[in-house]
Amino acid sequence: MTAVLPEVGRGREQEPLPQPARRYRLSKLDNKVSPYLFVAPFFVLFGAIGLFPLLYTAYVSLFDWEVGADDPAFIGLDNYRTLFQDAQFWKALFNTFSIFVLSSAPQIVVAVAIAALLNENLRARTGWRMGVLLPYVASLVALTIIFGNLFGPQYGLVNTVLSAVGISPVDWQASTFGSHVAIASMVNWRWTGYNALIVLAAMQAIPREVHEAALVDGAGSLRRFFSITLPMLKPTLIFVIVTSTIGGLQIFTEPKLYEPSGGSGGGAEHQYQTVVLYLYQTAFQGLDLGYASSIAWVLFLIVIAVAGLNFLITRRAVR
Amino acid sequence: MINRRPSFLVYGLLGAFVLGSAFPFYWSYLVASRDNSVLTGDFTLVPGGNFWANATRVFDTIPFWKALGNSFIVSGTVTVSVVLLSALAGFAFAKLRFRGRGVLFLFVVTTLAVPTQLGIIPLYMAMAEFGWAGELEAVIVPNLVTAFGVFWMRQYLVDAVPDELVEAARMDGCSLWRTFWHVGMPAARPAAAMLGVFTFMQSWNDFLWPLVVLNADNPTLQVALEKLQSGYYVDYSLVLAGTTLATVPVLIIFLVLGRQIVAGVMQGAVKG
Repeated sequence: MTAVLPEVGRGREQEPLPQPARRYRLSKLDNKVSPYLFVAPFFVLFGAIGLFPLLYTAYVSLFDWEVGADDPAFIGLDNYRTLFQDAQFWKALFNTFSIFVLSSAPQIVVAVAIAALLNENLRARTGWRMGVLLPYVASLVALTIIFGNLFGPQYGLVNTVLSAVGISPVDWQASTFGSHVAIASMVNWRWTGYNALIVLAAMQAIPREVHEAALVDGAGSLRRFFSITLPMLKPTLIFVIVTSTIGGLQIFTEPKLYEPSGGSGGGAEHQYQTVVLYLYQTAFQGLDLGYASSIAWVLFLIVIAVAGLNFLITRRAVR
Repeated sequence: MINRRPSFLVYGLLGAFVLGSAFPFYWSYLVASRDNSVLTGDFTLVPGGNFWANATRVFDTIPFWKALGNSFIVSGTVTVSVVLLSALAGFAFAKLRFRGRGVLFLFVVTTLAVPTQLGIIPLYMAMAEFGWAGELEAVIVPNLVTAFGVFWMRQYLVDAVPDELVEAARMDGCSLWRTFWHVGMPAARPAAAMLGVFTFMQSWNDFLWPLVVLNADNPTLQVALEKLQSGYYVDYSLVLAGTTLATVPVLIIFLVLGRQIVAGVMQGAVKG
C-alpha cells in the first residue's frame, strides 16, 4: 500500500511542469526495481555461499575426489555404499545423538526451573538475569578448553571433588558415556541460562488473570505451575527443542577441543567423535573430499528430516 | 500474594546457579595465575601471582595481538554488514509492496533451518580457487548477511514504522533508498543494536569455518587458542592464560551491554 503512489510528483507544486513528469517516471522505476535491489544482497549471498555449496556437496559426493586431484573419477553412489558400512560413521552418528540427548533433556528441565525462580518478584531482577546469561557470552573455544581441564582424566577438578566425597575418579575421556557426559556438560553449561530467559519471557506472557482465577479456586503454587504454566509454555519449549536440535546435530567445537593433542578422531576409539568432526577429519586431515561430502550430505538430510519432524509436531502442539 | 518477595531459598538456588555459571571463568584465571601444580594435588581456590608471566608466554607462543586484531576486524565488518543489509531487506519485506514478496519472505524463513555449515567442502574449494584461503576475506564474505538478520529486522519494522510515514516521505519526493535511510533506519535502531550485539558475539565465537580456512600465521582468536592447546603436552597454566585473555573482551561487552543483551534474548523469544 505504500509503494503504489501514482501521484508522487505532486508534493511540490512550485516546481516547473516537465520535471514532475520525469520524476514520475523515475519514481515509477524506483518503485518497481528498488525493492528487489534491497532484498538482492541476501538472495545473491545465500545462493552463492549457502545453497550452491550444499548442492555442489551432493555432486562432489559422487566422485572419488582427493584434495588436489586433477581428474576426479565418477564413482556413482560408491561413497554412500561405503559410508553405510562404515562402523566409524555409525559410531559418530550414535555419539552425536547420545550427546544431544544428554545435553537437551536435563537442560530444558533446569531451564524451566531457573525461569520459575527468575519469575519470582526478585530484588535486583536484571542483575540475576545477567548472571544467568553469563555463560552465553563466553567464548566457546575458551570454555571448551576450560571444561576439558575440569573433566581431565587425572587431575581434573571434577575428579578431585569426586574423590573428596568418596567416589572413585572417572576416566571421563576414555569411556564413551563419561566423555559424552563431559561434552554434554559444556553444552548444558553454556545454554541453560539462555534458554531459561526464553522460557521466562514466555512465562511473563501468560496473562495474570489466569493465575489469579486459579488462586481464587484454591490452587497452590505447585498446582498452578503444573496445570497452568507448564501447558502454556509448550510452544516455547518446542521452539527451544527445535533450535537446539538443529545446532546439536552439528556439534563440532566441543568434541574437537576435548581432545587436547589437536587430533580430530574424537578419542582413541572415536568414543566421542561426532558426525561433523568425522566430516572435518575426513575432508581436511584425510583429504578425501568425495567421501567427506557424502557424510555432509547424509547429515544434511538427517537435519532436514529432524527439523521437518519437529515442525510437524510443533504445528500439532500449537493447535 | 503474587507480589510477595520470595524466600531465601529462591535466592539461594539462584545464587548457586550463578556461582556455577561464573566458576569456569574463575577457574581459568586461577590456573593461569599459578603454575601447573594447582592441578597436580596442591588444590586451592586462591589465585597466585603468575598471571602476567603466563600471559607473556601466551604472547610468545601465538600471535595473540594479531589474532585479537583479526577477530575485531572480522566481527566488526560482519556486524556492520549484517545490520545494514538485513535492515535493508527487512525494510523492503515489511514496508514495500512488490511482486513475489510473500514467496520470497517464506523462502527466507525456510532457510533459517537449513544447515548451510554443511556446505564447507565446496566452499573451501572455492576459497582455494579465489586465492582467499588463509585470508580474512574468506571468513568475512560468507557471513555478510544472514537469514536470521533479515527475519529479525522484518518482524521489528512491520510494527515500528507506520505506513503513513513511509507514504509521507514518498510524497515529499524521497526515493525508496532515502526513505529507507531517513525513515526506516532510525526506527530500526533498537532492533539493529540487538542484532549487532548478537552478530558480533556469534562471529567472535565462530570456529569451524575459520579453523578450516585460516592458518596459524593469520588466525582469529579462536583459531589461535586452538593452536595453543594442540601440542602433545598441554601446559594448562599457559593455555588457560590464553583463554582468560580471550574472554576479557567479551566480558567487557557483557558488562556494558548486559541489560540490552538480556532484553534482546527475551524479546527474540516472544517475537520469534
